[in-house]
Amino acid sequence: MIEGYTALYIFMLAAFTGYEVISRVPVILHTPLMSGSNFVHGIVLVGAMVAMGHASTDMERFIGFLGVMLAAGNAVGGYVVTERMLEMFKPSRKEGGR
Amino acid sequence: MIELSYFAAAVLFILGLKRMSSPVTARDGIVWAGVGMVVATLATFFMPDMHNYGLMILAILIGGGIAWYTGKKVEMTDMPQMIAIYNGMGGGAAAAIAAVELMKGDIPSTSFQVLAVLGALIGSVAFSGSAIAFAKLQGLMKKSLVFPSQKVVNLGILGLALLLGLVLMFSDSPGGFLLFLFFLLALAFGVMMTLPIGGADMPVIISLYNAFTGLAVGFEGFVLGNAAMIIAGTVVGSAGTLLTQLMAKAMNRSLGNVLFSGFGTTTAGAGASPEGEMKEVSATDAATMMAFANKVIIVPGYGMAVAQAQHKVWELAELLEERGVEVKFAIHPVAGRMPGHMNVLLAEAGVPYDKIFDMDEINAEFPQADVALVIGANDVVNPAARTDPDSPIYGMPILDVDKAKNVIVVKRGKGRGFSGIENKLFFLDNTRMLYGDAQKVAADLIAEVKQL
Repeated sequence: MIEGYTALYIFMLAAFTGYEVISRVPVILHTPLMSGSNFVHGIVLVGAMVAMGHASTDMERFIGFLGVMLAAGNAVGGYVVTERMLEMFKPSRKEGGR
Repeated sequence: MIELSYFAAAVLFILGLKRMSSPVTARDGIVWAGVGMVVATLATFFMPDMHNYGLMILAILIGGGIAWYTGKKVEMTDMPQMIAIYNGMGGGAAAAIAAVELMKGDIPSTSFQVLAVLGALIGSVAFSGSAIAFAKLQGLMKKSLVFPSQKVVNLGILGLALLLGLVLMFSDSPGGFLLFLFFLLALAFGVMMTLPIGGADMPVIISLYNAFTGLAVGFEGFVLGNAAMIIAGTVVGSAGTLLTQLMAKAMNRSLGNVLFSGFGTTTAGAGASPEGEMKEVSATDAATMMAFANKVIIVPGYGMAVAQAQHKVWELAELLEERGVEVKFAIHPVAGRMPGHMNVLLAEAGVPYDKIFDMDEINAEFPQADVALVIGANDVVNPAARTDPDSPIYGMPILDVDKAKNVIVVKRGKGRGFSGIENKLFFLDNTRMLYGDAQKVAADLIAEVKQL
């Protein structure tokens, strides 16, 4: 378990990292980046799997099942959409290199 | 070993996001993050004391399969609502984790229980709010619902949810009816909060819910003691918040304004009905006007995206340039349904970067332009935003196409824009309407210019 001030430090550093990573982004990348970060929080899948894996009653199992299903949708959908969107940057990159 | 995989996943996520913030490396970025996700998911199967593997794999296959299919099939123009719905699913999953953990009642300390409840609240709001955003963008829900004392009602729902949340935070075995009611209220608040928001504000609210989900995932990560969730969730939470602010700033609106101003009441729009009438023009006349102009500025919008007309439009522009006409493209920060939408489409068609201009760069040039060709854009060129304090979009920066000597508006029909507001531009003396599908109109114009 990650507790007390350690938890707080991790939270603070991660928040700072996110802020730094995104700053100075051109407008054109706002949407792909939103989509990309949407994919990254698909990591909730891992937590949903753990919650479901430790479920003991039927109700817990049912909600866990819903959670895993939704989380998998977030992760897979987020990836597919982001990839398709970034795919379109191929021609523009060639154009810029000319 | 599991911890090491999670650590690797967290590193890959951060590096992936970093790469995604530059156009050159963006495509590798998503692959890096994807590898991180696969590593973390596979490692989780080897957690000790896990059960229900069969059902778990079934759930992954169902959820992942549906998302894969819809994500591959969806048109490029419908991307924003897909982001919304996938994001909402993540929020729902975070809320589901909280529900299971609270029902089990073995959360070690009160501070973690507080985080579990807060994560549940934020995740639920992101879930139902994103669902409404999806319905609105998909056209399943047309109007923005605004009613008197809406803010009071919304605050009341939020207050009740928080109150119930407080009870849950400090009870030993939260569960049953109270828990159910808590989730119901949280979901209701997400719906109520999103209903009045519409128009060009939608991408901002989707981005906000994205940050919400990130935060909820981070909180549930603390509850489960899962470092990968804590780091990835918190990073997205803060990155998403910053991104939301950047988007709001690109539209010259504050976040509070977006959330609480209640955009686009149809009654207010109807009250300020513009005078005059819309005047039509034939493709032949329009082609002549442009071919003999010195300077033409093309303003693309959502209509061009829907008609997939970007290639034809660029062909037309090249043709005009051969005749010595100076052609420029002007792009509003929120043209289309998402920021950068038009840049991406024009880049796809092969329009060089040095012909594409942002609003700030080009607005001063409209008075010198002989023709402003508006292709499927509406709200972002509505002069009411500058002149009419009663208009719901008043104060939003727009492209000043009305200052050009002539304006040609290519439009599918006589309907209103996405925000449902009447556009005064269409009724101006120097404006001519050219009705039809953008791709077909562009093809007609090309044919006419060639014949001249």
